[in-house]
Formats: sequence, C-alpha cells, structure tokens
Amino acid sequence: MHSSLFSAQQVPALLVLEDGRSFRGISFGAQGETFGEAVFSTGMSGYQETLTDPSYHRQVVVATAPHIGNTGWNDEDDESGQIWVAGYVVRDLSRVRSNWRSNRSLDAELRAQGVVGIAEVDTRALTRHLRERGAMRVGISTTELDPAKLLERVLQAPPMAGANLVADVTVLQPEVTEAMGEKRFTVAAIDLGIKDMTPTRMSERGIEVHLLPAGAGIEQVRALGPDGVFFSNGPGDPAAADEAVALLTQVLDAGLPYFGICFGNQIFGRALGFGTYKLKYGHRGINQPVMDLTTRKVEITAQNHGFAVDAPLDRATPTRWGEARVSHVCLNDDVVEGLELRSADGALLGFSVQYHPEAAAGPHDAAYLFDRFVDMMAVRAASTTAEENA
Amino acid sequence: MPRRNDIQSILVIGSGPIVIGQACEFDYSGTQACRVLREEGFRVILVNSNPATIMTDPEFADATYIEPIQPDYLEQVIAAERPDALLATLGGQTALNAAVALHDSGVLAKYGVELIGASVEAIQKGEDREKFKEIVAALDVPGVKPEVARSAICHTMDEVLAAAGHLGYPVVVRPSFTMGGVGSGFAHDEAELHRIAGSGLTASPTTEVLIEESILGWKEYELEVMRDKADNVVIVCSIENFDPMGVHTGDSITVAPAMTLTDREYQAMRDVGIAVIRAVGVDTGGCNIQFAINPDNGRMIVIEMNPRVSRSSALASKATGFPIAKIAAKVAVGYTLDEIPNDITAETPASFEPTLDYVVVKAPRFAFEKFPTADSTLTTHMKSVGEAMAIGRNFTEALGKALRSLEDSKAGFDFTSPIAESLDELLVAMKRPHDGRLNVVMKAYRLGATPAEVYEATKIDPWFLDQLQLVFEVAEQVRNAPELTADLLRLAKRHGLADTQIAKLRNLSTDVVRGVRWALGVRPVYKTVDTCAAEFAAHTPYHYSSYDEETEVEPRTRPAVLILGSGPNRIGQGIEFDYSCVHAAMALRGAGYEAVMVNCNPETVSTDYDTSDRLYFEPLTLEDVLEVYHAESLAGPVAGVIVQLGGQTPLKLAQGLKDAGVPIVGTPPEAIELAEERGAFGNVLTEAGLPAPQYGMAESSAEALVIAHEIGYPVLVRPSYVLGGRGMEIVYDDASLAGYIERATDITPAHPVLVDRFLDDAIEIDVDALFDGTELYLGGVMEHIEEAGIHSGDSACSLPPITLGNEVVEQIRTSTEAIARGVGVRGLLNIQFALLGDVLYVLEANPRASRTVPFVSKATDTPLAKAATRISLGATIAELRAEGMLRKDGLDGTTTLDAAPIAVKEAVMPFNRFRTADGSWVDTLLGPEMKSTGEVMGLDVTFGTAFAKSQAASFGAVPTGGTVFVSVANRDKRHAIFPVKRLADLGFTVVATEGTAQVLRRQDVDVTVIRKASQGPGPNGEKTVVQAILDGEIDLIFNTPQGASKHGNPRRDGWEIRSAAILADVPCVTTVQGLSACVQGIEALRRGTVGVRSLQAWSADVRAELAALA
Repeated sequence: MHSSLFSAQQVPALLVLEDGRSFRGISFGAQGETFGEAVFSTGMSGYQETLTDPSYHRQVVVATAPHIGNTGWNDEDDESGQIWVAGYVVRDLSRVRSNWRSNRSLDAELRAQGVVGIAEVDTRALTRHLRERGAMRVGISTTELDPAKLLERVLQAPPMAGANLVADVTVLQPEVTEAMGEKRFTVAAIDLGIKDMTPTRMSERGIEVHLLPAGAGIEQVRALGPDGVFFSNGPGDPAAADEAVALLTQVLDAGLPYFGICFGNQIFGRALGFGTYKLKYGHRGINQPVMDLTTRKVEITAQNHGFAVDAPLDRATPTRWGEARVSHVCLNDDVVEGLELRSADGALLGFSVQYHPEAAAGPHDAAYLFDRFVDMMAVRAASTTAEENA
Repeated sequence: MPRRNDIQSILVIGSGPIVIGQACEFDYSGTQACRVLREEGFRVILVNSNPATIMTDPEFADATYIEPIQPDYLEQVIAAERPDALLATLGGQTALNAAVALHDSGVLAKYGVELIGASVEAIQKGEDREKFKEIVAALDVPGVKPEVARSAICHTMDEVLAAAGHLGYPVVVRPSFTMGGVGSGFAHDEAELHRIAGSGLTASPTTEVLIEESILGWKEYELEVMRDKADNVVIVCSIENFDPMGVHTGDSITVAPAMTLTDREYQAMRDVGIAVIRAVGVDTGGCNIQFAINPDNGRMIVIEMNPRVSRSSALASKATGFPIAKIAAKVAVGYTLDEIPNDITAETPASFEPTLDYVVVKAPRFAFEKFPTADSTLTTHMKSVGEAMAIGRNFTEALGKALRSLEDSKAGFDFTSPIAESLDELLVAMKRPHDGRLNVVMKAYRLGATPAEVYEATKIDPWFLDQLQLVFEVAEQVRNAPELTADLLRLAKRHGLADTQIAKLRNLSTDVVRGVRWALGVRPVYKTVDTCAAEFAAHTPYHYSSYDEETEVEPRTRPAVLILGSGPNRIGQGIEFDYSCVHAAMALRGAGYEAVMVNCNPETVSTDYDTSDRLYFEPLTLEDVLEVYHAESLAGPVAGVIVQLGGQTPLKLAQGLKDAGVPIVGTPPEAIELAEERGAFGNVLTEAGLPAPQYGMAESSAEALVIAHEIGYPVLVRPSYVLGGRGMEIVYDDASLAGYIERATDITPAHPVLVDRFLDDAIEIDVDALFDGTELYLGGVMEHIEEAGIHSGDSACSLPPITLGNEVVEQIRTSTEAIARGVGVRGLLNIQFALLGDVLYVLEANPRASRTVPFVSKATDTPLAKAATRISLGATIAELRAEGMLRKDGLDGTTTLDAAPIAVKEAVMPFNRFRTADGSWVDTLLGPEMKSTGEVMGLDVTFGTAFAKSQAASFGAVPTGGTVFVSVANRDKRHAIFPVKRLADLGFTVVATEGTAQVLRRQDVDVTVIRKASQGPGPNGEKTVVQAILDGEIDLIFNTPQGASKHGNPRRDGWEIRSAAILADVPCVTTVQGLSACVQGIEALRRGTVGVRSLQAWSADVRAELAALA
C-alpha cells in the first residue's frame, strides 16, 4: 500500500502533443503506449465517472485537480461497463485510498483494464497549452522516451474531427431498464455512448427504458410503442453521425416526443437543420453555468463536449415540424447548450441539452429536465387519449 | 434583475474590535462591501469601533462613524443619517446581533430601514438551533435524508442533565447566539457537563444551550454557499478539516477543496447545502454550512450554518479567487449572479462554481505562550488568534508552506530533534487534539508508527496520514542520500520541505542548501489563482509558488516595490500592521510603482487581489521572499522591498535580504539593528543625552542577579528581540528573577536577557513619527491611561495627551528627532517614553510602523503609513506637506486644535477564551506581557465621553449608577480614595472588603463591607463578593492586584473576583488610573446623551481650522 511513487521502481513515462510540446512524468496504471485527443477536465470530484464515460472514448483526459485517486475505485459509481479514456494524465496520484465505499485503487483498476496513465506532470501547464492551442492529438508512452520519435507516432494517429465512434461504444443488443415503482412510460433510448445514470434517472420517474443499438431503425423504435424517444451522449464528431440524424428525423416525423443529451443535442440540431462545429478546447467539467432562457435561471452543469450546435441565440428558426429555438446557453462563452422544438400552437415536441442533467459526475441542478421529458410525454399521452375518445 | 433603485443609502455595520473568533476577515469583507456599494452609487454609512481597519478609512464610506456597535449609538447614527437599508451580514456575529437588536427594539421600523442581505427571520432560523434542526429534518432532497445530530434544547441545568441521560455521554454543549463557539464544549461526564453547560447558559443571550449526541472523530466539512434573489445558488468552495470533529474549525488545519469525497458524496452534500440556504431563507448573500460524515458508513449530518459572511468565507474567497463579500454586497442590492462579472477572468460571470487546480491549506496560529496556565487542548471553543494560508500544487507542498507561514518555530515538521518519548507515549499524546499534535505524529512516524496506529489514536483521515507519511519518507530520502541532487531537491520541495529543514537533515547551513539549490537551478515557478483551473485566462496576477514546470509571472515595465506583510495575526501583531501595508500599496500605486504584496494571512485586506498590482500568497520567510524577489526581478525592474510596515515579521528578514543583495527601501537594516540592539541603542541615547531607565544585558542567570542588585528592584526582565512584550515580566526579588530566567528564557550569550529598572508610577507615552533624514514630523503623542508596566498594547491611551504640558510635548519632539537622526530612520518610528517626575525616560524605539499608526492616522486625519511609504522611496516631508498628505509647515499631529476630537484607544482582552486544565479561568491581570487581541477607539469632544465610548465599544460599558465593589492593594489605597468618593457622591452604593472599607470610612465614604471569597458565606447566609457578582448585584468592580507580581501567582481572592467578573460580564477596572478615567466617563454619561459624529464631519472642521492657521 505504501509503495513510494518516487522510489527507484518508478517507471518513467513521456507525453508528447502533436505540436511537439512534451512532458515527462512517471507511469501509473498500465505500462505501454496510447494515443488519442488530449482534453482537460476541470472537475474536482468524480474521476471514476469520468473515466467510465463513453463520451471520452479515444480521448486522453488531463485532470486539472491535482490529487487523483484519493477515494480509490468502488463497485457502484461506474457509468458504463469499462474505462473508456485512452489515457489519463494527473499530477499527484494518491498512494492510498480512503473512502468507506472503496473496493480497490485507481491504479489497480487502470492496470486491470489496460489503461495507460502518466503522473507527476505539470497538468496546469498542459491545460494552459491546450487552452491556447486547442485540443490536439497526444501520445503517452513508457516504451518510447524520445520525444521526436513519439511525436512521429502521434502524428500518425487519427484526428477527432470527422471521427465516427458510435459503433465502438453502443450496445450490441437491446437492453431494458425497468421502471422503478409503477411504470408510466416506455422510452426508446438510442445508445450513442450512454452513461448508466441516464436510464437510472428515467427509471426513477416511472420510465421503462429500452436501450437500442445505434444502428436501430425507425421500425425497431416503433415496435416498442414508445411514449418518447431519447438520444444519448457519445463520442466523436456529430458531423459524421448521418445515420443517427436520419433516424431522429423519422422520429420527429412520427410525432414522438424527443429528449436528447449531449451528442443527442447535436443530432437534434442537425435534424433541425443547424450545423455543428468543433470547439477550440471544449467544455469538460462540472462547474459550467448555463442559463435557461425561458426562466432566466442559472444552473451549474456537468459538461463534456468538444463539438457544439451552431444556432442563432436571438430568434426562432422555422422547421417543418414547428419552430426551433435555443433554450439554454452557456454563460461563459454563449455556446448553445439546449434546443427546443415547439409546434405552431406552442406545444413542446422535443428538446435537448448539450450538458448532462444526469450528472454523474457533477451537480444535480438540471435533473428537472427529466421531469420535463415526463411532462412532455404525459401531455402527449393525454392528447392521444383525448383524440381516441373524441 | 439589475441594481435596486428604490434605495439610495445603506448602513453597513462592522464587527468592532478584533477578538478570538472574529478578526480582520470582517475588515476584508466590510471593505469589499463598502467599496462595491459606493461604486454602485449608494451613499454608504459605516459604523465600526475599530480604528485599525481599512474600512474605517474615511475614503471607504460617505459617513464613517467610529462609535460603539451598541443599539443606542446605532440608533443615533440611524436618526442622523436616515439610511434606506441596513446591511449586517458582512460584520460577523456582532453586526448580525446588532441588527437583530435594532429590529427587536423597533428602531428599524421606526426609521423605515430595510434589512438587506438576510432577513431577521432567516437570521433566527439559521441561528436558533431548534428551528434549524426542524428545517433540516423537513428538507426534501432527492436521494438523501438530511439529518442533524440528535439533540435537546435546554434552558436550565435540570433539562441539561436529563438530555444527557437520554443521549448518552459524551455530549456536546452549544449555547445559542454566541460567536466563535463561546461557552461550547464536550462533556464526558456529569461534572464536566455542569461546568460547560453552566457557562454556556450564561454566555447565551437567550439562556439557551443545545445538548447533542457526540460525533467526535467524524470527518468535518464546510461549504460556502452563495444565493441571489432569482434563487440562483452556487457553491463557492468546499473545505475539509484535517482535524476530525471535536476541534473548532477555526482551530483546525483545513484544506480546500475537499480531498476524500467521491462525487456522489460531494453532490449529496451540495444538494443539502443548497436546500438549507433556500429553506433558511437567506435571500441574497453568502452562508457557511458545516457537515460531519461518519467515516465508517458515510452517514452525513448537518452541523450548523451561519447566515452571513464568516471567517471561512474570507478563507474561501482567498482560496478560490471568488470574492464572496463583494458578490454578497452586489446580490444584496439586487444583482443576480449572472449579471456580475468574475473579476479574474473578466469574460465569465460570477454564476459559476470555482474549480481549483491547487490545494489550499489553512493552519491556525495559537497564543498559548501568552497564557501559560491555559489548557492547550483544542475543543469546540475557538482558541487560535490568527491563521496562515498557503497554496501549493499538492497537499504536502501547501502544508509545508502553511506551517512555515505561522512563524512558530515549533509548528513546522521537526525531523531531527531527539525524541524523548516512547512510541506508546506519543500514541497516547496524539489522542488529545492540541496545537503541537502534528509534530507528535511526525515523531511517531520517526519511531516507526504505522498510519493505522496513528488513525486509531487521532481519527485523522488515512489519506492525510499517508500524506504526512509521504513527507516523512521524503525527509528520510533527503537525510540518507549520498548527496543533494537536483532531483532530490525538487522532490523535497514538491513536498513542502523548506531549505531550513533540508539543512537540518543534512547538517548544513541553510545558506549552503540555498546555494546548492540555486546552483542546480531548482527554483519555484509561480502559478495563478484563477477560479477556473486554467480554463480561461486570468487577468489578476494572484500568484503562489510551486516547484512545477511553467511560471506565469508576466513581464512588466513599471518599477515594482515589494511590500512584506505581517503574516498571521497574533497577539502583538495584528490588523494594525496590515492596515499600514494596505496603505503602502495605495501610496505606491498612486506614485507610479507596481505594488507587489507578499503575505500569507487570508483574513486580511492586504491579501485581497484588488489591493495591490500583484499578490504573492507566500510565507514570509527569507527563502520564500528571496524567491519572490527573484521572480519579480526577472519580470522587470524592482525598486526595492519595504520591510518597515508589516511589524516584526518583515523587520526580522531585513538583514538577510540585504545580505542576499535585495535593496531595502526606507530605514536600512543597519539602522534597524541600531534601534533593536540594546547596547547600540544605549549609545545612541547617550550621544543624544537622553536618559533611559538603568539597565543591563545579562548573558547568564548569575549576571542577571548582579545587574538587578545594581539597579534595585523592581526590575523589568525580558529576552532581547521581542514583540508584544513576549516573555516580559516585572520581578520584585531574587527568587522570582531566578525563577523567571529558568522558566521563560534560554539565556546564553547569543540570547541575552535584558534587565531594566522598572519605573513605578511613571506615565507612559507612545509616539509615532516620520523622519526623512532631515525633518521630523510628529504624527501623534499618546498618553497611556494605565501607568508604566502595563504593556502599551494593553493600555488605554489618549490622543491628545490629557495631562502633559506643552513643554513635555516639546521635550518629546526634541528627543524623538534626536533618536530618529541617531538611528538613521527613513520613514516611521515609534518611541515609548516614560515620564517620572520631570524626567522623560526613553523606554524603547521601533524603527517601523507601530500598532498605533492607524489610531493616530484616524485621530489626526493624516495618512502616516502612506507618508512613510513615500519617504521610503525618496520623498521628503516638505514635499508631502506641499502635496497635502501631511499638515503644513509648522503644524503636525500635536498641533492643538479646537475642532479636533479627543481620541481614546482601549484594548480588548481575550480572557473569556482561556481556561486552565482544571476548568477555571486564567487570570485577567494586565502586565508587561501583551494579552489583548484588538482595540477600539472612542472619539468625542471631552476625555470623559471619549473614554466612556471606548469602554462601551470594548464590551465594558460603564454603568451610570448602581453598586461598585472596591478592593484595592495597600499601595493603591491612597490614590483610590478620591475616585471612589466621587462615585459615592454620584449616588453609587459602595461595597468593599474589610481593609479597603476601613480606609474609605475614614474618608467619610458610606461603605458596606462584603465577605471575601476566601471567607466563605457568612453565618446568616451573607454572600461573598464572588456570589454577589455572579448574582448580578454588582455593576462595577474596582480591584487592583495584591502583590500580584511578587510570586507570579496572584492572590486567590483577587483572581476569583476577576474570574467572576468575566463570567458575569461586569466591567472590572484593575488600575487606579483606569478608575479615574472611568469616573470621568460616568460623569460625562450622566450629563446627558452622548452624541455620535462621523469622521468626515470631524475632518471638515479640523481642516477648516488648519486652513485658518496656515
């Protein structure tokens, strides 16, 4: 338990960015080599949730919080079945774990899952670099300690822009999460890299969640007889997710209430006719202020996105289903954080947010959005019943 | 929702004098608030009795009242100024209680004053424990069951005992409506419960205590929460206490952010915190909520909340860069958080939660050396007098820096001293939380203790214990390595080891270690506190050092001047020095320099990033200051370093800095040495022909006795180079002299002891002056009310002097100039004189800003510290006179003016904080060792009223009638007759002990004899004086010590009287001069209502008179 990180046994590791800047540190987790897109995450808690979030697939995450691993790893807080990050960069890795729920150490878990980590890095310098130069490719290695040689390999790694990664993270077969208590609704949830907390939050509200693989077609959705459709978060460039956009278009045509999170917001944006673009260095953290433009209230949100929707903040945009408008905006930089679609009579047809109301990790301020989804399905159910009775 | 336009003027109430539990953090918050409100165009009316604050500088409010924070005075201010609103959430518990009192008495309603920030209802919900408990229990938070500790509210001792029987021992006692945990504590059995709950019931203004289940040993956390009127809520900071539950958070080492919570647990705490602030109804502003978590199962309990800005919020502001008080003031006047910009990033709003990419450690500074009989066990009753904060890129780095910031030689880790105790003894010793516990743990590690054993004994979280183990392992590597390599030094530095510690481990001198380190290029970089973990660029250069890779210090072109601050508050060095440093920053910025502040005290205005151009939150040690200087030298030209404003802390560094090639501006180190070294200073006095009390410097105990015989008893003894009279005593015979040397000094030729003639019955005089090498400017002459022998910091004083004639003032001027010239002062100089008969003795000279600079500056409407800063950088007094910063030629702070007020300074004592191990109070006698924590100022046209105000402001308001108890030492009986007779004439009932009564009767004073405590109750149940005091039958106590100093152990009777006075909160005067002043105050009060007047009003009249003179 008390093996010194600074002892002679420590293994040197090297981190090289695609613009040539390099950092030396020591290895933790698995030894070896890894490549991905370097991004920084500013959350001070929740590394277990972050590492297991499928949206981080193919990304090397830099933790700005200096002490990582303090609470070890437990059997309850994973957001998916595995660690998805391509690599993990920290400053001070904890030598011990201290928490009553902890089952093993972070180091052991990374090793068991073959994930490469590097510690003792000036993560603030690295973060500032990414802030100024933008997210970029990176390599970490314990086998190649020559920066020039590692850089060559970094430059051969595929970039994030244009990447379609959904197939890597989606479920292979449909999965069902039962409703807690009395079942009120059925939702078809398209898994583009969903986090476990999302079905949990729905299930708590009486929703039976049918998780469908990303390749599912509208018939598969219809077959469930859903009260609503949900598109999850996930990795990759939304501009490459044509299949998902096509499905969502059909969902909207079918008049099914829609709720989307993160990638699901970008897909919604594209379905509504907006473009998407890559942010310089993204929003990754659990302290991002977002304003709900209808209530003017501010919520502190968990975010993890490198792409955003390009939609006008100051006006509605007509679509074939009704008017689309930006519902939420990030107060730090005015990035679109939510969209909504209303029919001509003002009824809510669908909405989505760029951030994570399911939190995990992060604050619960936006949990009300799941209630909004429930309300939307309830309104539709009532009107459908009314129509049937008419 | 923008600024409210329905209010135009706002009354801000400050927190009054510095006391334990309420220190300069409220100057920081109040100053921010006043500044913000004025920027927003409100008329700001301020009431604060503390002259040493920046907020009471006249430019921070439109009308500044240095008046007692008491309902009657506040009502007068309200009547005169008719404010639209009252903001009371930024002045600590004092302001909050005052606001509630004004509400309850109907004053706010009568004058139509709206309470903004927090409503009375919210204040009561937050502070009334029973209501608060109900609120928490009723909260609806998804996924969490908010809980409070099981408890019972009690109003009598019977109820207390019944509750404890139900809950099971140990239990916690918490009185309602007290600050800093006064009267609270843990009771392990019935006897302890009687004692603690008894005083708790007394301390509570509502005679109410809460008896609660024990959560000793649980993990303790705090959240700083901020809310606006649109119900946006953010958590500014989470804080984790290193010491588990049982130690007051003010006495605990605390860490930000929380280190040992998973996100689920943190979010549950956050959800509850937000639910609490909403339910309590703090509509706008900040609050602090404390939590405990059971380390075995995660059960979370809400401990308490403060519906106001607190000490922790000052810490959180400095720790995160989110200025809580400033934002609280803005949301109080209507803004929502999203409308307020984040100063640091400039482009993002304040409606976010700061995220840290560093670790902040706060360590408490104690003063147990001042109260040798006090029990040093840390409990829920706060005892620390100050704190230091440090920032590092990891916990060990921040902890090492925080400990060396304390300037307590015993605070930092000791890896090398021999260990006398066995491991078993150490494991027992560490069970008791006390100020030296960290080094007990380190000793245990050195003897091979495991973290598990230490956890069992201390319940300090295993993560923190591993961090201490890590520090120990690093120290072992340093000790055992064949040589100091760059890698090894970098490793040691990354885990907080100072050069001094490395030097001890390697048997080298610190200079050699520093030389090697520099030669190997191992130097710190400076990172920035930016609220956002580098996500956005920072526009405020608020830096901390770290042994990391990349520095963020920006180049500059304007010359910089480094101001060295005064470090953690301690008795003898507090807010007064911070005041001078802040003034220096203002003066420098005004004169075209970049002001670079170096300090480590999170409570202060000086460590507000708004105060200076650049802020380095760093320890004030030679190592750390040299590194800051180096970094700034690389950034641009450095004009020099100012060491004369931060008290003894920077002064001690002067020579070392100069030796390392750092330019010191102002009084040079050689001159400092000349004033501080007694032999050299003696020569200065001899050359100037100035008398000093006969003295000698003893290098051994025997030598001290010889000197004492030569001089004759009584003598004043002390170690050389002390601050605040540390270790100073008056001794009357050989035995007590020898005892003193043995107990209080480590006498050697390198550490000599000074033996001075003690001038019995002399009048002590304090002088603050400026000298530019040519001209002297006498800033002010203060006459002490207590006679010589009481430390100047503890003595009340008056400016102008009340009994000194013009020729004495002229003599003071001549002597001061001679000393200033002889020493070579450039800037401020403080001299203490003693007038005995016609002889003006020089007691000591301090070539620096003194504790009285802010008092004198306010009393005379002259910015002495700003002037000193300018003089340090080459301005002359003539130039400053011409600029209007100083009074015109021929005038100065001693100029007699009809329009000027009489200013009385009074000290505030912390005696109600300290108890001995057996639970009794420590004695309250004044002596040459400074014991006060703060001061107040009374301003009025006559001495009597000014004195009465100073007493009211220092919590000892003089009664205008009732019963006075008199018991005086034989030597004082003669002098006491006149004032006591006067009290009798004024209608007071006089009671006295037998001996005193006899003397008074002979003078025709009608006096009743009362029994001494040692006599016990009489045969017919006649009360002792102690009982009478406790029963509230005495309104004023006059008790001078009976031969107190002879055995260093005051007579039991006097001590019991004074203890009862603290307990019953009855004013207690312990000197004849104090009583005389008191009588004048009583007379003034009886003549009619005492008025209030703003500094601005005084200043206008004084300036008009001065203009007429010129």
